[in-house]
Amino acid sequence: MSYLEFLEEFGARYLDGSLITLIQAVCSSILAIAIAATMGLMRLSHLWGVRAIATCYVEFFRGTSLLVQLYWIYYVLPLFGVPLDNFTAGILGVGMNLGAYGAELVRGGIQSVPRGQYEAAIALNMSPIGRMRRVIMPQAILNMLPPWGTLLIELLKGTALVSLISVADLMFEAKQINGSTYLSAQAFGTALVIYYIMARLIITPLMRWSETLLSRRMGRA
Amino acid sequence: MTVAIDKDAAAAPAPTAGQPMVRFEKVTKRYGNLVVLDQLDLDVAPNEIVSIIGPSGSGKTTVLRMLMTLEEINDGVIYVDGEPLTHMQRGGKLMRADQRHLRRLRANIGMVFQHFNLFPHMTALGNCIEAPVHVLGMPKAEAVQRAEELLEMVGLKDKMHQHPSRLSGGQQQRVAIARALAMRPKVLLFDEVTSALDPEVIGEVLNVIRDLATQHSLTMLMVTHQMGFAKEISHRVCFFYEGKIAEQGPPGELFGNPQNERTRQFLSAVLDAG
Amino acid sequence: MAFHWRWDFTWDILPQLAMGALNTLLAAVLGYLIAMVIGLGFALLQRTGIWTLNRLVREVVEFIRSTPLVLQIFFVFYVGPQFGLTLMPWTAGMIAIGLHYASYLSEVYRGALDAIPRGQWEACRALNLSPQRTYAGVILPQAVPAALPGMGNYLIGIFKDTPMLSVIGVAELMHTANAIGGNNYRYLEPYTLVGLIFLLISLPAAFGIRRFESWVRRALGMGRGH
Repeated sequence: MSYLEFLEEFGARYLDGSLITLIQAVCSSILAIAIAATMGLMRLSHLWGVRAIATCYVEFFRGTSLLVQLYWIYYVLPLFGVPLDNFTAGILGVGMNLGAYGAELVRGGIQSVPRGQYEAAIALNMSPIGRMRRVIMPQAILNMLPPWGTLLIELLKGTALVSLISVADLMFEAKQINGSTYLSAQAFGTALVIYYIMARLIITPLMRWSETLLSRRMGRA
Repeated sequence: MTVAIDKDAAAAPAPTAGQPMVRFEKVTKRYGNLVVLDQLDLDVAPNEIVSIIGPSGSGKTTVLRMLMTLEEINDGVIYVDGEPLTHMQRGGKLMRADQRHLRRLRANIGMVFQHFNLFPHMTALGNCIEAPVHVLGMPKAEAVQRAEELLEMVGLKDKMHQHPSRLSGGQQQRVAIARALAMRPKVLLFDEVTSALDPEVIGEVLNVIRDLATQHSLTMLMVTHQMGFAKEISHRVCFFYEGKIAEQGPPGELFGNPQNERTRQFLSAVLDAG
Repeated sequence: MAFHWRWDFTWDILPQLAMGALNTLLAAVLGYLIAMVIGLGFALLQRTGIWTLNRLVREVVEFIRSTPLVLQIFFVFYVGPQFGLTLMPWTAGMIAIGLHYASYLSEVYRGALDAIPRGQWEACRALNLSPQRTYAGVILPQAVPAALPGMGNYLIGIFKDTPMLSVIGVAELMHTANAIGGNNYRYLEPYTLVGLIFLLISLPAAFGIRRFESWVRRALGMGRGH
């Protein structure tokens, strides 16, 4: 079977799998960003308790592995009366795990804004929320974008693990096709190339574009 | 020489007698064991222009930063327009000021920083209307009009749509002055505003401050290394040494005939270097 | 099946899990050693000055870095037999995880070398130091402390990625837990214990690595670390 014939026969399944992977990636990105923003801000709170909760969250999810978390969410959480279908479990696992890494990026981004900016905002009598929203965040977000690009690629790679709880994503399809054809190089190689395309031709340009857009708006470009 | 200076100083509106605009009462500031300010007493009258000079580490900048509530004080009371700044009356008891109290009193004070601290993600105009619109709740059109006037006053109306990264240090500092004025403070603090500037642009910033001093009634506290300028525009100069005011007086007297040995040493050192 | 923690079961499976954990540690260390060496190769190949070679290695590194490790593990394990070369799970796993982390580490090395100011190279040239002295005496003592934080992160990273080796049957911790769960139809204890074991190892390891970093910086006289 030539590679063209291989693609002709299995192309549709790769497309289906890619679509599932993209949906998983988008949904867990949204969850990860929401968690990162919340936990990142909580880690900067001046209240000890709030900081401690966020630190525990971050250390816990960064201290264990994504695969362990996915299995735990999918196989153990139902025992506590939280039955989850594999699709949701996948999004939850990936989003919560990468959210913990993102929280550190949010914290670092906010801390990278020079102290003088806070002080100027105080001198202009801005409220604490106003300072954060109007002065600190816009600058922090621009500083954060490059590491977030890297993190989103890690997230995309992380979604491949949801195949192990039987979500029919790209990785899952590749495994199935390998199992029925034994054409391993084609089966897994094709999936590798598709992941690479998603990372390099979708995520990276998207992040670059938002970076240029934001820095132009800030008069830096 | 002194005659010319006194004449210039006389051009500024004279300080008003009565309740001081700013009062430091036995204010102490420590960093760990290091005492930065030691039981400082200082009154500043409305419309008075006070320059603070002294060697580095003498606590000059700390005075301004405490007044702007950027630093907490360890002991003593600061009054702004008769009200305690870091404390408030509640049910007959004096307690730590809450956010509302701080924001009410802060509205009296503006500050210009050594490193400008303009918001890099906003244009010059954006910097000047940000707080009027979002803090004072001024209608945007009115804020823009006022900001334009202020930017014109500092000579930068043609640059108002530029971001700070496109402006020179001197221009940025002039925008920062306009931004502080846009909040209509009663007291304006200048924290070594020319120290980060290239020598050739210091003059344009000093000119703006000079105009302010002579044409507006504003209480000004200025930490500066520009002795000539301090001499020229201040009503009073305070020489800080090791957390205390070692000597203070009208510029003519303090520069012309310093009484304190430390003042003499300091002045001869800076004047030699200059 | 309701939530009910069984301590007797816990004690029963703990020795097996401990064995699995040892294998996990072994896999992490072996994989990391491979990654350190290959990563150095990747980094140096990008500094040869031969444009096509630099570009090629760069693309390979980017490709490995941007695709999922679990897929690479499958790829290495299954592609061999297709061409008549059968790899043991351990061998395939070490190749895959070693290559994956080599691509990360090469970036760390590259960053550390690039961070050394031009003036340092120029000073070596001006003092007429040999290339060996330049690297051993000047460049590496500065590059190593700069590389350590990144290297430490990836050491912990590789440890946390070893569960993926279970997919091709490497008998590490995750694989052991899967087997226990499947045999006993109980997942609560094995999976929870796996999570705890990971925490128990990675948190102290992270702390130890930070200590080690600041010790190296001190030993090289580069300030008190952080």
